[in-house]
Amino acid sequence: MATDWQALDRGPVIPGGSSVAYRTGDWRQERPVLDLQRCVHCMLCWLYCPDSAIRVAGGRVVEVDYDHCKGCGVCAAVCPPRASAIRMVPEGSA
Amino acid sequence: MSRRRVGLTGNEAVALAWKQIRPHVVAAYPITPATQIVERFSEYVAQGEVDTEFVAAESEHSALSACVGAAAAGARVLTATASQGLALMHEVLYIASGLRLPIVMNVANRALSAPINIHGDHSDTMGSRDAGWVQIYARSVQDAYDRTLLAVWVAERARLPVMVCLDGFTLTHSLEPLEVYPDEAVQAFLGEGPPDGYTLLGGEPITVGPLALPDSYMEFRRALAAAMERVPEVLEEGVRAFRAHFGQDLPPLVDARGTEDAEVALVVLGSYADAVEQAALRARVRGQRAGFVRVVTFRPFPAAPLREALRGVRDVVVLERADTLSGLGGPLGVEVRAALYDLEVRPRFTDVIFGLGGRELRDEELDGLLRAGPPGGVVYLGVEGSRVLEPA
Repeated sequence: MATDWQALDRGPVIPGGSSVAYRTGDWRQERPVLDLQRCVHCMLCWLYCPDSAIRVAGGRVVEVDYDHCKGCGVCAAVCPPRASAIRMVPEGSA
Repeated sequence: MSRRRVGLTGNEAVALAWKQIRPHVVAAYPITPATQIVERFSEYVAQGEVDTEFVAAESEHSALSACVGAAAAGARVLTATASQGLALMHEVLYIASGLRLPIVMNVANRALSAPINIHGDHSDTMGSRDAGWVQIYARSVQDAYDRTLLAVWVAERARLPVMVCLDGFTLTHSLEPLEVYPDEAVQAFLGEGPPDGYTLLGGEPITVGPLALPDSYMEFRRALAAAMERVPEVLEEGVRAFRAHFGQDLPPLVDARGTEDAEVALVVLGSYADAVEQAALRARVRGQRAGFVRVVTFRPFPAAPLREALRGVRDVVVLERADTLSGLGGPLGVEVRAALYDLEVRPRFTDVIFGLGGRELRDEELDGLLRAGPPGGVVYLGVEGSRVLEPA
C-alpha cells in the first residue's frame, strides 16, 4: 500500500511500543531451550538478552519469548557452566 | 524600542543572541574560529544569566547527537562549530533534518584540512549543502546577530534545522558596532520554545526515527523536500515578524542592488558582500553598468529571485570561497548557472574562486577583473595560469 507523503510532515514519528508487534522470532536459526530443572534463576540470561525475550515472574525465570528471540545465543553463553540450563538447538529439530 | 549600541565581535554577538534566545539546551565542542561563541555562552550560564542545560560534549559528533535528543524532547536547542567539527557532525546533520528537528547552529566558516588552515572560506558548510539544513550566510556582525535570532523563529515554524554561517575571523573575530535589542523584545519575538515540537517526554510514549524501508522511506524524503520548498514562505513571514518586533529589515533570500540595467552582475555569499558591492559601485563611477547580488539564503536555493535579478544581464560573475573540485568551478557558481538555464537569453558566465583558506580579496583584483571584462569559465583569482574551464 502506498504511503501518502503529504501526511508525513511531522517526520518519522510513530506510537511507542510498536516493536512488540514486530515478530523477530522468525529470524532465528537456533533456538534456546530452557531446562527449568537445572535453572538457578541467577537472572544473567534476563540481564544479557538484547531483545528482552527472557520472561521472568516473581524473581524466577519462566520461559523464552519465542516471538521476539532472534536466537543470538548470548543467554546460553552466560548461563553458569554448573547450571547449563540453556541449550541452543537448530530450528526445525526437536 | 530602546536599542543598545555596543562594540562586539561576531562570536560575542552570537553568544549574546544565544543568551537572549534562552535555549533549553546547548551542547557543543570548541573549535577555532567558533570557540568564543560557546566559551562566552558558558560564562553566561556559570554566572546564572541564563538558565540553560549546558553540555560540554566530548566531540562534535556527540554534541550534535545530544542536540538531536534534546530537540526530540521538545527543547529549544543551539550549538556552534566550524570546519573539521562540522565535518565530524556530518552523519548527525542528516538525522537532525530527517527527524525534522528545529536545531539552530552557528557555523564559523573555516577551510578544511589538508593542508591544515584555520582561516575563513566556505568549504565546510558547502560540504553540508545537501544535508537538509536551511543555510543562511551573514554579511556583518549585526547580520550574524539578527539572523541567529531569525533562525530560531524559522526553524521552529518550518520544523527544520538551520545553519547561520559567519565567516571565520572576518566576522567571528572582528569588532563591529552592534545594535542590541532588549531582552524582552527578543522573548516576545520568540516565545518560550518550539510551539509545535516533539514531546518525547510527554504522556504518550512515541518512537522518533523508526526503520523506514523501501515502502515508505522515499515518501519521508519527499515530505522533507516539501518542507524545504516551503522555507521561502516561512522566511518571508519571519522577516515581517522581525521587522514588527525590532524595526529592522532583513532581505530573506537575496539582496540585489543595481541589477536592473546592469551589463555585468557580481554574485557573492557572506562577508565579502561589502567589498564586492563597493567594487560594483566603483565600476559605476567609471561608467561601467555593474550590479551586485548577495545570496543570503543558500538552502533552499533562491533560484527564482536570482533569475529575476539577473534577467537581461550580459555577464554574470559569481565570486565564491569554495570549490567542487569537479572541473565545473565552485558550488555557488554551479547552482547559479543551473538557475539561469531557464532564461530565454542566457548570460555569459564566469566563476571566480577566491579567498580559500582566508586569502584576502583585494580591491585591485576586483577592479582589474571588471576593467578587463569577465573572461568566462572558471578562474582561481590571484593564482597564476589557473583558468581551468574555457568559456563556451
